[in-house]
Amino acid sequence: MNKVLMSGNNVIGEAAIRAGCRFYAGYPITPQNELTEYMAEHMRNAEGGIFIQSESEVAAINMIAGASATGARVMTSSSGPGISLKQEGISSMAAQELPGIIVNIMRGGPGLGNILPSQGDYFQATRGGGHGDYRTIVFAPGSCQELADLTMDAFDLADKYRTPAMILADGMMGQMMEPVIFKKPKPRQYPEKFMLRGSGDGKSKFIRGLLLDPVDSEAHNWKLARKYEVISENETRYEEHRLDDAKLVIVAYGTAARIAKGAIKRLRSHDMKIGLFRPITLWPFPEMRLRTLSATVKNFLVFEMSTGQMLEDVRLALQGYADIEFHGRPGGAVPTPAELANVIARVYEQKD
Amino acid sequence: MAKIVFKHPESLKENIFHYCPGCGHSIVHRLVAEVIDELGIRGITIGVPPAGCAVLAYNYFDVDMIEALHGRGPAMATAIKRCLPDRLVFSYQGDGDLAAIGIAESFHAANRGENISVIFINNAVYGMTGGQMAPTTMLNQRSTTTPAGRNSTVDGHPVKVSEIFSQLDGTTYVERCAVSSPAGVNKTKKAIRKAFQCQLDGKGFSLVEVLSLCPTNWKLSSVDSCKYIDEVMSKVFPPGVYKDLTGQAGKTAEARP
Repeated sequence: MNKVLMSGNNVIGEAAIRAGCRFYAGYPITPQNELTEYMAEHMRNAEGGIFIQSESEVAAINMIAGASATGARVMTSSSGPGISLKQEGISSMAAQELPGIIVNIMRGGPGLGNILPSQGDYFQATRGGGHGDYRTIVFAPGSCQELADLTMDAFDLADKYRTPAMILADGMMGQMMEPVIFKKPKPRQYPEKFMLRGSGDGKSKFIRGLLLDPVDSEAHNWKLARKYEVISENETRYEEHRLDDAKLVIVAYGTAARIAKGAIKRLRSHDMKIGLFRPITLWPFPEMRLRTLSATVKNFLVFEMSTGQMLEDVRLALQGYADIEFHGRPGGAVPTPAELANVIARVYEQKD
Repeated sequence: MAKIVFKHPESLKENIFHYCPGCGHSIVHRLVAEVIDELGIRGITIGVPPAGCAVLAYNYFDVDMIEALHGRGPAMATAIKRCLPDRLVFSYQGDGDLAAIGIAESFHAANRGENISVIFINNAVYGMTGGQMAPTTMLNQRSTTTPAGRNSTVDGHPVKVSEIFSQLDGTTYVERCAVSSPAGVNKTKKAIRKAFQCQLDGKGFSLVEVLSLCPTNWKLSSVDSCKYIDEVMSKVFPPGVYKDLTGQAGKTAEARP
């Protein structure tokens, strides 16, 4: 497969179709419209591909839940306000154990906010977002190549654990163009017994989320919790960048991590020993690895395009074993690597 | 030789209904099951029950079912039917589910002309939650949230679903029935059968509105509830065929490019 130059939103769409996604429903919202449009154009040419422009984000998430129940690989996408609208549906998919991919191309918030890149939806994505005891697998790609790879992986994990998974990127990731190589997707493994396709001559099935008996409901909640534990043990991903001799470690994900890499490159040329720890899965958060790092590194700087959300997970991970500083640019502000380098240098010199 | 003239429908499980005595859901459940049996489609039917009194419909129907969130049945049914165009897909919805919280999903599924069937139970109250005002609650009708009766200046007007949906170019068959009398029950069954046949023939969106009894929340006896439907409800929501294009070569979901 040759390299192709594509924008992030289109990469997600192409990766999804290659991974076997055959049902997409979505509603226009900036900055993710190119993804909806890509699906409209390319689902037509995918065998059995179905595209629906839904009447709302609420309808879209319930459509993908229905399609998922029939056994189709499904995806919907939106941004901030639209993702908020989908939360009841995401909670329901978790409860009904329906696999599906939700893409959030984050924009500035809260409220309507603006249409610029932001990372303010971390809490919503990683804490479950909707009501009830559940978790969503959350991938935070840091390049177009990762958008391609992780979108494909997200479909596999959603199937494997029968749970919704989220791609959490931002307006920058969605709009920027980079060369990408699409890997060969794995053959799908999803047993027919989980699909609702009419009972034929056999026994009828039902899929439900309402469990009126607290004995059943508690058992269901613990069953889900055990599943989330298995996911935490097996599916945590992160990248370590120039950590070998680092005295200060930046913790950042997605676009913020890209900016941090630029800043680190500058500072390294001035002999400042700075590295980057980049969570690739935000839930499960690479908590244990970060805690292990605190045995050798005593200073961390969390950088987010928010007022400090992942910061809480870093604190929980480090448990006071290291000092944590924070730099945030919320509301659609995107710092340059030079600006961030100045911030990092200040912190580094204080600690040195 | 004895001939069986009445039996438990095969598409209905043996479970005892949890519905209140006199509730119309039990009647309509049975009618839907009888129609599924008669059409021989148990194995290809997928039902989408709502949030509301009928949320546990999967305990009664012996067909594949998936419970929808409140109001979202037609969105789910749309997707199921698009993925499995040769199955019969129906959503079963109450008045709050269809005409309040789920009006957008219902309206747009109808407007897209999805080849699905909607069984719409209109009993003019929220039954499951204890008798609050529904979008179809009639003017001056008392409910727990309109204790002095529904007042149009603050509560708005009853939503006339069959009238509105029949105006949409996407719909093929819309009929309003009532299960307040044996004749009405028979008519309702015919309408459900016609709606399902409309779908099997690929002719598009069908909706059967059923004026249904809620003796518990109406605080009437079952007999008086039937009278209430005939003498009061039917005046606001007149039964009848609101649209029937099943005789025409209709638009079909399967024929989509």
